[in-house]
Amino acid sequence: MIITVASGKGGTGKTTVAVNLAMAINATLYDCDVEEPNANIFVKADLEKVEDVKLMNPVFDLQKCTFCRKCADFCRYNAIAVLSSDVILFPELCSGCGGCKIVCPYDAISDGSRTIGEIYHGKNGIEIYQGVMNVGEARATPVVAKLKNYVKKDGISVLDAPPGNGCPVIETMHNSDFVILVTEPTPFGLHDFKIAHSIAKKLGIETGVVINRYGVGDDSVEKYCRENGIDILMKIPYSREIAELYSRGIPFAQEMPEWRKKFEELYEVMG
Amino acid sequence: MASGKGGTGKTSMVSSFAALSDAVFADCDVDAPNLHLILHPDIKEEIPYEGMEVARIDEEKCIKCGECEKACRFNAIENFRVIEEKCEGCGVCPLVCPVDAIKLHKRVNGIIYVADTRFGKFVYGLLSAGEEASGKLVTMVRKKAQEIAEKEKKDLIVIDAPAGIGCPVISSIGGTNLAVIVAEPSMAAIHDMERVLEVAEHFKVKTVVCINKYDINREKAEEIEKYCNEKGIEIVGKIPFNPRFTEAMVKGKNIIEYDSEMGEIIKEIWKKVEKKLNEE
Repeated sequence: MIITVASGKGGTGKTTVAVNLAMAINATLYDCDVEEPNANIFVKADLEKVEDVKLMNPVFDLQKCTFCRKCADFCRYNAIAVLSSDVILFPELCSGCGGCKIVCPYDAISDGSRTIGEIYHGKNGIEIYQGVMNVGEARATPVVAKLKNYVKKDGISVLDAPPGNGCPVIETMHNSDFVILVTEPTPFGLHDFKIAHSIAKKLGIETGVVINRYGVGDDSVEKYCRENGIDILMKIPYSREIAELYSRGIPFAQEMPEWRKKFEELYEVMG
Repeated sequence: MASGKGGTGKTSMVSSFAALSDAVFADCDVDAPNLHLILHPDIKEEIPYEGMEVARIDEEKCIKCGECEKACRFNAIENFRVIEEKCEGCGVCPLVCPVDAIKLHKRVNGIIYVADTRFGKFVYGLLSAGEEASGKLVTMVRKKAQEIAEKEKKDLIVIDAPAGIGCPVISSIGGTNLAVIVAEPSMAAIHDMERVLEVAEHFKVKTVVCINKYDINREKAEEIEKYCNEKGIEIVGKIPFNPRFTEAMVKGKNIIEYDSEMGEIIKEIWKKVEKKLNEE
């Protein structure tokens, strides 16, 4: 079973829910927030690099190139500039689609590659895989895609999604059996939750909601869920104790054992 | 206004700065925008955003040879069908299709809104759920804000950036005069702050840091101060945890309008940010 924890809005408690859930049910955790991976701050495993994430980039053989510009004309990302006797690639614009190589009539383009991130693995109680996008890179999605190659077919996998509702989030959710949407009971939380929910729905994935910091804000999230038939799976109250444990990198269910049971039950509801 | 980690208070800060500055405001968190929930825009103009095309396979013509699936490097074709959410519109599949069964189609990827608010002009973008190329939409939102600023003779644009450090963040902070990083005293937020500071450095953008909810963990707050001191980054303020911030948000107001005591703290921060901007 593959469970993705997503939210739309950042800072609602995705990582908190993902880590506590994975620990309670002994699942493998995948930190797909490759721009800002935080899960291992809580798992505290010794991580080892298992793979570099490379993006294909064209390499131009100027001996073969006739500067015909077919590659530059094809490229929808304006990543190639053909001059009278040189070809320049703007790597940060290149999507790595490989189209230039196909259109080149002179076989002057080959696949080069550029490292844009890394995949790590470790174990401390639970197993964790983490993707990290290099600073200065723009494309998170290929790093998430590579990380997802490690998702096991058997057993339970918990995927910690990035914030937002863009492509890296879709990539994370894709092929999941269940999406847990973590939100907070505020107008910001509700607004972004609605978008995230619509994405999961579009992908045809079953969803449930965890309301974090329950007690602050208003009841608009609950009302919305009730009116739209969305299951509220868990409410985590706002408590200074939980916030402080979080700030120190401690999964709160470790210190509050009654919550471990609640996370076990959360899993049973999804199964 | 950036942070790396989400939910540290970027939008609350920008909405407060709106009450204190004579500027044009832009929400560049295009896949989860929130600033409009406080600024209550009176929308004057809607501009459709055509970010990228999407491939469509003509089932009548398709001979199920699988060449497109083999050539697609985004794994956006499965069982002779395009997974639209994954399609980048790169144009490789029409290129390799032997029977001309695939065409690229335009699609509206989002909308740019131009609006009036009680604090001045406001531009924000909303990406259609699950679309890629948000960096491009961010750039267009900024261009529009720039246009308006020139027309209205405002020499300041305040931008609310998304979480993370990728494409839309780079597009949001690149070429700005100052990035205000909103940090929180937690291990996770410190880790994320360090990464977004690196991004700013990489793109040669000056930075200052503001610590939100500093009293949740004073030790960690000190750690942030120490880190910034070592790097020569100015701390422009420390904001205590206070439920009044969430209350203000629920009421659709910024903290300046809602709580004068907390408002004073933000005013002090704004003064320091303004001073830093004038040093330019």
